[in-house]
Amino acid sequence: MISLVVRRLLWGIPVLWLILTLTFFLLRAAPGGPFDQERQLSPQVEQLINSKYRLDQPLSEQYLSYLSDLLQGDLGPSFQYADFTVNELISLGLPVSLELGFYALLLALLLGVGLGLVAAAQANRWPDLVAMLVAVIGISTPNFVIAPLLILGLSVHAGWLPVGGWGDGQWQHLILPVLTLSLPFIAAVARITRSAVLEVMSQPFIQTARAKGLSASHVLFKHGLRPAMLPVVSYLGPAAVGLMTGSVVIEQIFGLPGMGRYFVQGALNRDYTLVLGVVLVIGLMMLLFNLLVDLLYRLIDPRVASR
Amino acid sequence: MKLKLGIWMLVMVNLLIWLGPFFTVLDPETIHWDHMAVKPDQTFWLGTDVMGRDLFIRTLLGGQVSILVGLVASMVSVFIGVLYGMLAGFVGGRTDAIMMRLVDVLYALPFLFLVILLLVFFGQQLWLLFVAIGCYLWLDMARIVRGQTMMLKQQAFVESAVALGQSQVVILRRHVLPNLMGVVLVYATLIIPQVIMIESFLSFLGLGVQEPMTSWGALVNEGAGNMELAPWALLFPALFLSFTLVGFNLLGDGLRDRWDPSCQKQ
Repeated sequence: MISLVVRRLLWGIPVLWLILTLTFFLLRAAPGGPFDQERQLSPQVEQLINSKYRLDQPLSEQYLSYLSDLLQGDLGPSFQYADFTVNELISLGLPVSLELGFYALLLALLLGVGLGLVAAAQANRWPDLVAMLVAVIGISTPNFVIAPLLILGLSVHAGWLPVGGWGDGQWQHLILPVLTLSLPFIAAVARITRSAVLEVMSQPFIQTARAKGLSASHVLFKHGLRPAMLPVVSYLGPAAVGLMTGSVVIEQIFGLPGMGRYFVQGALNRDYTLVLGVVLVIGLMMLLFNLLVDLLYRLIDPRVASR
Repeated sequence: MKLKLGIWMLVMVNLLIWLGPFFTVLDPETIHWDHMAVKPDQTFWLGTDVMGRDLFIRTLLGGQVSILVGLVASMVSVFIGVLYGMLAGFVGGRTDAIMMRLVDVLYALPFLFLVILLLVFFGQQLWLLFVAIGCYLWLDMARIVRGQTMMLKQQAFVESAVALGQSQVVILRRHVLPNLMGVVLVYATLIIPQVIMIESFLSFLGLGVQEPMTSWGALVNEGAGNMELAPWALLFPALFLSFTLVGFNLLGDGLRDRWDPSCQKQ
């Protein structure tokens, strides 16, 4: 167990380095620079700015000094937000994105597994057909389509919920973003749960449990649910990636002060350090999350660990 | 049932998209200054957008672009995935282990972020869009193809081809590849809706198809920006997009249920 954690964390270092290096040189290979859009600067001022941000040094030197700063936990100054360091910006945006992602994942699991169980219990009868049709529609409808429609219906016309913004993080501001972010994942989890439960319920050990005279709910929840959750758990990794990307759009649509917004704006403005910082944080979170999923998998299915 | 429903939905959408433009005299780029953001009526069947352009023809042409991008980029990703998976599965051993480990690592990465960066920096040319999306979606295909190849490799007819002294390239092309095609086609139909979705996602961010061309994602983006003035400009492209994606997903699911042996238990 511990050796797995250590090994995976060690694996993470070259992976993160690779992502960072790729992004770094991709950013620099792109035409345009961070200060192109400002008014014409005098050569002296431009030189000062360039030397302040180390843009006057050769690329390899900038790369090395970025890495050495990074090892000391310093992500550098933002190019676009003049008075902020990237560390400050991320510490402002990350909690918002995390809160959004956490609730969306929670909702996806609760509703998705619930729907999937109902569908499996009623397999091939109308509740199942309805649930699966809804799931196909849910998977097929991008959340940037659902979000404006919901805003139009529930906020603009009905006036029940705020159109956007974060407020002070009150729950009213969370409902729509969390709901729209999680919808495709609710649908996907429901489908996976349904087929996994159906498969598990045809196994011999379930027959044994039934033959012992256990009640149907006891068989389903005590014997069937745990193995049926394995595919759901392994879907969590890709789902988290999807949530990250989804939240870029959701944050943009609802005007939330999260990290996804920094990413697109930063890329458009050539805010090198900010984009790198966001990529690093996202990569790191992905690694940690996948590790967590693996550990969870072992917890549910001890056979994996003994292999 | 899924299969039939999916096919019918796709036939309907495609008939409308490819034949519909012949039934209207309106042009997608003409700005009707006196008809800005008008509701659907007899002249403008789906209304006009806030710039006074006819939405009917724009939605149809946007659909043509979305579906074409979907098909072309799917081919790119199928090509990469099949090649990669086939090599890993056929060579086996340590090569296979490393190649698949790489797929695992890529799986866990928010790869789409790199695609976004690529598109932001190197302009939004159409071919780059194909390649970017294609490069993003080949992972599933590679896994499936690898599994199939490993299975095929142990079959007697491959063994006899080896015994006859055929070269590896010939074995791959003549004996393995044709037998992979069924599975590849089934899963390719499931890639198409994903591609369309990603294209519309990128277009929504303003990174996909550029003016004067349009696509469903771009139309949804425009519509969402002005939804209080002209809600129909959001509603119709969104409906078309979802309808088509549902159609493709039903088709893919249906095909998979019918042809993939590992799915036939249910």
